[in-house]
Amino acid sequence: MVEEESLRVVRCGGSELNFRRAVFSADSKYVFCVSGDFIKVYSTATEECVHILQGHRNLVTGIQLNPKNHLQLYSCSFDGMIKLWDYTDGILIKTFIVGCKLHALFTLDCAEDSVFVTINKEKPDVFQLVSVKLPKSSSQEVEAKELSFVLDYINQSPKCIAFGNEGEYVAAVRDFYLSVYFFKKKTTSRFTLSSSRNKKHAKNNFTCVACHPKEDCIATGHRDGKIRLWRNFDDEKKYTYTCLHWHHDLVMDLAFSVTGSSLLSGGRESVLVEWREAAEKNKEFLPRLGATIEHISVSPAGDLFCTSHSDNKMIIIHRNLEASAVIQGLVKDRNIFTGLMIDPRTKALVLNGKPGHLQFYSLQSDKQLYNLDIIQQEYISDYGLIQIELTKAAFGCYGNWLATVEQRQEKETELELQMKLWTYNKKTQGFVLNTKVNMPHEDHITALCFCNAEKSENPTLVTTSKDGHFKVWILTDDSDIYKKAVGWTCDFVGSYHKYQATNCCFSEDGSLLAVSFEEIVTIWDSETWELKCTFCQRAGKIRHLCFGRLTCSKYLLGATENGILCCWNLLSCALEWSAKLNVRVMEPDPNSENIAAISQSSMGSDLFVFRPSEPRPLYIQKNISREEVQWGVFVPRDVPESFTSEAYQWLNRSQFYFLTKSQSLLTFSMQSPEEKLTPTSKQLLAEETLPTTPFYFILGKHRQQQQDDKLNEALENELVQLPLTENIPAISELLHTPAHVLPSASFLCSMFVNSLLLSKETKSAEEIPDDVSMEEEKESVDSDEENNFTEEVQDTNNTDLGKDIIHQLSKSEEKELRKFRKVDYSWITAP
Amino acid sequence: MGEFKVHRVRFFNYIPSGIRCVAYNNQTNRLAVSRTDGTVEIYNLSANYFQEKFFPGHESRATEALCWANGQRLFSAGLNGEIIEYDLQALNIKYAVDAFGGPIWSMAASPNGSQLLVGCEDGSVKLFQITPDKIQFERNFDRQKSRILSLSWHPAGTHIAAGSIDYISVFDVKSGSAIHKMLVDRQYMGVSKRKCIIWGVAFLSDGTVISVDSAGKVQFWDSATGTLVKNHLIANTDVQSIAISDQEDSFVVGTAEGTVFHFQLVSVTSNSSEKQWVRTKPFQHHTHDVRAVAHSPIALISGGTDTHLVIRPLMEKVEVKNYDAALRKITFPHRRLVSCAKKKQLLLFQFAHHLELWRLGSTVATGKNGDTLPLSKNADHLLHLKTKGPENIICSCISPCGSWIAYSTASRFFLYRLNYEHDNINLQRVSKMPAFLRSALQILFSEDSTKLFVASNQGSVHVIRLLEGSFKHLHTFQPQSGTVESMCLLAVSPDGNWLAASGTSAGVHVYNVKQLKLHCTVPAYNFPVTALAIAPNTNNLVIAHSDQQVFEYSIPDKQYTQWSRTIQKQGFHHLWLQRDTPITHISFHPKRPMHILLHDAYMFCIIDKSLPLPNDKTLLYNPLPPTNESDIIRRRTAHAFKISKKYKPLLFMDLLDERTLVAVERPLDDIIAQLPPPIKKKKFGT
Repeated sequence: MVEEESLRVVRCGGSELNFRRAVFSADSKYVFCVSGDFIKVYSTATEECVHILQGHRNLVTGIQLNPKNHLQLYSCSFDGMIKLWDYTDGILIKTFIVGCKLHALFTLDCAEDSVFVTINKEKPDVFQLVSVKLPKSSSQEVEAKELSFVLDYINQSPKCIAFGNEGEYVAAVRDFYLSVYFFKKKTTSRFTLSSSRNKKHAKNNFTCVACHPKEDCIATGHRDGKIRLWRNFDDEKKYTYTCLHWHHDLVMDLAFSVTGSSLLSGGRESVLVEWREAAEKNKEFLPRLGATIEHISVSPAGDLFCTSHSDNKMIIIHRNLEASAVIQGLVKDRNIFTGLMIDPRTKALVLNGKPGHLQFYSLQSDKQLYNLDIIQQEYISDYGLIQIELTKAAFGCYGNWLATVEQRQEKETELELQMKLWTYNKKTQGFVLNTKVNMPHEDHITALCFCNAEKSENPTLVTTSKDGHFKVWILTDDSDIYKKAVGWTCDFVGSYHKYQATNCCFSEDGSLLAVSFEEIVTIWDSETWELKCTFCQRAGKIRHLCFGRLTCSKYLLGATENGILCCWNLLSCALEWSAKLNVRVMEPDPNSENIAAISQSSMGSDLFVFRPSEPRPLYIQKNISREEVQWGVFVPRDVPESFTSEAYQWLNRSQFYFLTKSQSLLTFSMQSPEEKLTPTSKQLLAEETLPTTPFYFILGKHRQQQQDDKLNEALENELVQLPLTENIPAISELLHTPAHVLPSASFLCSMFVNSLLLSKETKSAEEIPDDVSMEEEKESVDSDEENNFTEEVQDTNNTDLGKDIIHQLSKSEEKELRKFRKVDYSWITAP
Repeated sequence: MGEFKVHRVRFFNYIPSGIRCVAYNNQTNRLAVSRTDGTVEIYNLSANYFQEKFFPGHESRATEALCWANGQRLFSAGLNGEIIEYDLQALNIKYAVDAFGGPIWSMAASPNGSQLLVGCEDGSVKLFQITPDKIQFERNFDRQKSRILSLSWHPAGTHIAAGSIDYISVFDVKSGSAIHKMLVDRQYMGVSKRKCIIWGVAFLSDGTVISVDSAGKVQFWDSATGTLVKNHLIANTDVQSIAISDQEDSFVVGTAEGTVFHFQLVSVTSNSSEKQWVRTKPFQHHTHDVRAVAHSPIALISGGTDTHLVIRPLMEKVEVKNYDAALRKITFPHRRLVSCAKKKQLLLFQFAHHLELWRLGSTVATGKNGDTLPLSKNADHLLHLKTKGPENIICSCISPCGSWIAYSTASRFFLYRLNYEHDNINLQRVSKMPAFLRSALQILFSEDSTKLFVASNQGSVHVIRLLEGSFKHLHTFQPQSGTVESMCLLAVSPDGNWLAASGTSAGVHVYNVKQLKLHCTVPAYNFPVTALAIAPNTNNLVIAHSDQQVFEYSIPDKQYTQWSRTIQKQGFHHLWLQRDTPITHISFHPKRPMHILLHDAYMFCIIDKSLPLPNDKTLLYNPLPPTNESDIIRRRTAHAFKISKKYKPLLFMDLLDERTLVAVERPLDDIIAQLPPPIKKKKFGT
C-alpha cells in the first residue's frame, strides 16, 4: 500500500442486491443492480461480478440505461447526485448534482435531455415525481437544478410508477388509487378503488404498476393478489379493467415482456407467473424460486428476465422460463444466532442463511458459495408457526468437523433440542452428517467449542447449557463387523454448584478448559477433567470468555454483563487488570495476540483493540457504527498486509468483519472495492471487453508475460495454480463452448496441446480460440430474434474471422485478416 | 303481547322454473323472458323492471328460442317444432306454425324485421316471411349435417352465421348456400372432447363472427376468409350464451359456471384508430348455468337455471348514480300466487300445475313481543288439486268464506264448491261453465262470497252470482270502445258496491256493481299498476304503481283524497322509492281506518295516515322503539311508514283478523336446495 490513509469503516459486500429492480444491458450480456453505495455489473452468462461502479456517497436508489447510448448507465442516490457511467469500462463519465435526496430514477426515450426522479417534500411520506433537465456541458460535474414537477403525492417505491406508450403518460399508484398523467394533454386522471373496511375490499391496496409497451394498458398489482389490467383510462368515465387472480398474497412486482405479449408477476409464493396474452386461463409458472420475488425485470432484448428475491438473490431466467443463472449475495432476512465464523478450509464466512441452513459466503467475491442444509426439513413459511431454529454452530479440527445445535420451543416446558456433528468428506467436498444427538442437554445450549489444539489427537467438543452442566464429547470408534465408523459420545459431565453454564473456551494448546458459570469462571484440566481453580469477580454474569494467544496465552479474559472487562493471570491465579467497558463483542485474532472488543454506548459502538498483556489498547476507533454491533470475526488474510503505522498493525495479518443489528456486514479498509476484485475476474473482464484492436496485441503480450510470471510463482506456491489454469483461454473456451458447436476433437487436439506448451509460439494458438469464442457468443445471441440492434461493430467483423478460421487459414489469408484488424478502430470510440 | 300474532308460513314449496331465453327489445325497452316450463314473461325496463305481462306455460312447449321482430311482435320456438307468435294485447297465443324440421333450437329475426329464420334439429335453416298477421314459409337454406343451435344475422341482412356441432356455417341469404364452414377446435385444455357445441354466434357489421362453445372458448372469426382471428379461453366449462350491444362495442357471454364475462372493444392506444376486443369484468351473480344473456344499452341482463333474472347496469353508461345504477335480481313473479280465506283460516297456493289448500295451525299459548309460540295444532294440508291437461294455471282464488275455489288455464275455467264435514272435505266441480268463461287473467270473489268477478282477456270483466252449487251470469263489463287491453288486476269493495279493474297500462276503471255501469276512471298514470284495494267504509281506492308511488282515490268523490295529494306534494322518502320489488298486495285493518297495510317481497309496511309523513332526513327503516322508552321520544321519531323487514322473501301477507297476520315466506336457500347441484369449482383454500 502506497499511502496510509485513515482507516474507515466500509460496507464490505453482503449488501442488498434486491433493493431495486435489476437492469439489463441492451445486449443482455450484463445485468446491473444497486448494492449499497455501489452498482454492480454482473455477467449474465457467468454470474461473475465484472465491475463495481463506485462513486456515490450514499445508498444508490435507482439505475437506468441511457436511452441515447446503450453503453451508458444513469444512477441516482440519496446523496443527491445523478451519475452517468460507462459500464463496459467501469468509468464515471459525468456527475449531475441535483441536491436533494433522490429516491428513484426513470428515463424515457423521447424525453430530451431529462430524466425523472422521485424526491421527498417536507413531509416524510409525501413524494413527488419531477423531471430533471440534464444540462449539456463538457465538465465532469454539472449542477442540474432545473426541476419541473410532474406528479404529487406518489409512493416512494419505484415499483409504483411506470411510464407507458413511449412516454405519453405516466401511471402512479398509491394506497387505493391509480393516477395517470398525460404529458401531451397535461391532465391527470385518477381512479380509486373501494377501500371500505368490509372483508371483500379491505385488501384492495395497490402494490405495483407496469405499463404495456405497445398498447394503452396499465397493469396494477394489489394486496389481495389480484392483478388488474386497466384500459380506456384516458376517459375517466369509460375506463374499464380486467382482473387476473392467481396469487393468494400480495403481488410484489409486475413486468410486461418487451413485445407486451405476456405479463410477469411474482410474490410471496416464490413462483414467477407468466400471463400470456393477458388471459386468465393462459398462464405459465416457474415455481420453487426459493424466496419471495421482490422485483422482476425484463431485458430490452427480450431474451432474459431477472427476478430479485428477498433472500438477496437474483435469478436470470430465460424467455422460456428456465432459470439460467443465480447471483446469490449474503442471505440476510433472518436472525443470526450462530454468529460469524470462518470455515478454515474455504476461508468463507459462515452464518445462518436460509431458514434451517448454514450459508458459506465468500468475502473475496461477495458471493454465496453454498448452503448447507442443517435441519433437513421442509420449510413452511406460514405466519405464526414456530420454526426449528439453528442456534449454534462451530468448526473444529481445521474444518474437519462441524457441530450444530438446533432447537424449537413451542411451550415453556417443551424444548426440542438436537445437536448434529458433521464431518468433512473430501470426496464430495462437503459436510456429511456423522452423529445426531437428541436432547444433548436438558435445557438450552449456551455455547459450544472444539478443542483446536495442534497436538490433540482426539477431537473434543464441549457444550454448556442452562441446565447447569457442561458436557465433553469425544470422537470414539463406532465400527462393527459391517463397516468402520466413528461417532461422538459424551465423555464427561461437569457442573459447578448448579449454576447455569454460560460460556466455554479452550486454551490455545488445549490443556485448559474455561467454563463460566454465571458469575464464576472455572478452569478445568482437559486431560483429567479436574477443576483446577475458579475466578470470581462478582461483577455480573460472564458474557464473553476467551484465552489469550501466543505470547499472551497465560491470560484469560472475561467480559461481564455489568460492563467490566477482566483479565486474569493463569499463572498467579489472580486478576491482572480490569477495565470498565460494556463489551458486546469480544473476538481474539487467531494469528496474533490481539483481541478486538466492541463496546456499546448510547452514542454508538466503539472498537478497542488490545493485548491481554497490557491494559492499554493498541487502537481505538470511536463510533464505528450507529447501531448495535452483534457479531464480529477476524478473517486471516491470504497475503499479509504491511501497514507500517503502529495503529494499523493489528490489521496486517487478519481483517476484522462485524455485523450490525440491521445486518450490514462492515469492515475496516483503506482500499477501493475495485482493487479488491480478484485477479481472476479482472482478467475475465479484460478478455470479454477488449476489442481486437492493435492495442489489444500490446496488452495481450503484456498479459502473456504476466502469466509467465505467475507460472513461476505457481511453481513455488500451489495456491495460485487454480486461477492459472482457468486463464488459459483455449482451455476455458473449450470447457465453456457447448459440445454441439465445437469442431471435431482431432482439430482441437493440437490447439489444446499447443496451449499447454510454454513456448513463445503459443501466441497465435491463443488468439484463434479467442475468436472462435466470440463467434459462438454471437451465435447464441442471434438465436433470439430481437437482439441484434446493439451488436458491437467488432463482433460482426469477428464473425467473418471465425468462419474462416474453421477451415484452416492460409498464411496470405492470415495477413489479410491482420489488415482487417488494423482498420478496425472502433476501440477509439469507446468513451 | 305484541300488536299482532303472526302466522309465519314456510310450507309454500314454490320453485320458479329456470330461465331459458331472454330477448331485449330496444324500441320499447321491454325484456321478454322465457322459462323452462314454457312461460314467457315481459318486463318493462322503463317501469322499474316490472313484470307487466306473462303468458302461461304449456307442458309440451319447451321454449328454445325467443325473439322480437319489428319492435312489437314476439315469437318463440321450441322443441315441439312450432313457431308461436304472442298477442301482447290480449295476452294469449296468436297462432302456432309448424316448421316441419323437427325440434327448433334457434331463431333470429332479420335486422329489418321482415324475415324470421329458424334452425332445426335436422340441420335445416328455414326462412319465413313475416306478414302483418302471420308468418309465411319462404325457403330452406343448404341443409347441414347436424342441428343448428345458434343463428345470427349480419346487420345488413345479407349473410347469416349458423352455429352447429363442431363448426359454424356462413350463409349467403340471397342464394341460400353456405359460403364458409369454419371448424372449431375440439381440444379442451389438451384433452379432446367428443364434440364441441357452438352455443351462440354473433355477426358483426365488419364481418367478424363471434362464437361461444362448449369447450369454454370465445372465438373471433373473419367471415370473409373463414379463418380464426382470435381465441379467448375463458372457462373450464361451456360458454352458453352471447349477446352483443347495438353499437357493437361490447358484448356479454354467460358460462355454465354461472359467471358472466363482459368483453369490450377498446382502442389499442389513445391516438390510433386500431381497436381490439378485451375481456374486462367477470360477474358472478349466478350459481348455475347462465343459459341466456341480453345486452341493453345500459345494462347486462342474464338468466339461467338458478331462476334469477339479473340486471347489471354498466356504470360507464349510467348518467347519474341513482338507483337505476344498482344491481337487480328478480326471482319471484310480480303477482300473487297465494289467496286466503280469512274466516276459515285457509291458504290457497298456486303452482304451475296444481293448487294446494292448507289450513293454518293454531296455538293457545301467549307470549311477549317477539316470542315464537308453540303450535298446539299443526298446519293441515287439506287439498291437492291437479289440473287437467298440459297447460299451466294462470290464476286462482279462494272465496273469503272458503267454500269456493276457482282457477283458470289458458283455455279452461274451473270452479269448485267445497263442503267441510268435520275433517273431511267434499270437492264438487261446478260443471257447465258458460262458453265465454274460457280463460281468465284474474279471479276475485266478493267479500260475502256471493259474487265472482272474472277478468278475461279481450278486456271484459264478467260478474257471476254464486248460488249453492250453481251460478248465474249477471253482467259483463265490456271494455271501453277502441281498447282491447285486457284487465289483469281486480279489487272489490267490502260492501260489494264497487269493483275496480286495471289493465297493464291504461287507467283504473271503477264500476258500480249495483247499477252495473262504469262509475269513473282514475286518471292514467305513466307506470303500471301493481296492486289495487278498496278500503272498507270510506271506499277509498288505494293504488300502488311500479315506480313505488301509492295513490288514494276516493270513489264516491271521484277524486284523489287529501292525504294522497299531500303525499304527492311532499314526495315519498327516497329510500321508499328505491325499493327493488313492487307492492303486490294491499289490505286494511277493519278497526283502524287510518291504516293501510301493504307489502313487497322484502318488507311489510303499515301506513298510518294520521302520523306525519317522513322527509328525506328522517330514518325510514326505523326498528320499532322498545316499549319501555318514554312516549315523547316514540312520538317524535314516529312517522307514517312503519316498516318491518323481518319476513323475507315475502310472497304474501294479509290480516286474518284484528290481531292476527299471516305471512308466507319462501327462503331462497330452500329454492337453491331444490335445484340441481351446480358445477363444482375448486375454491382456493378449501
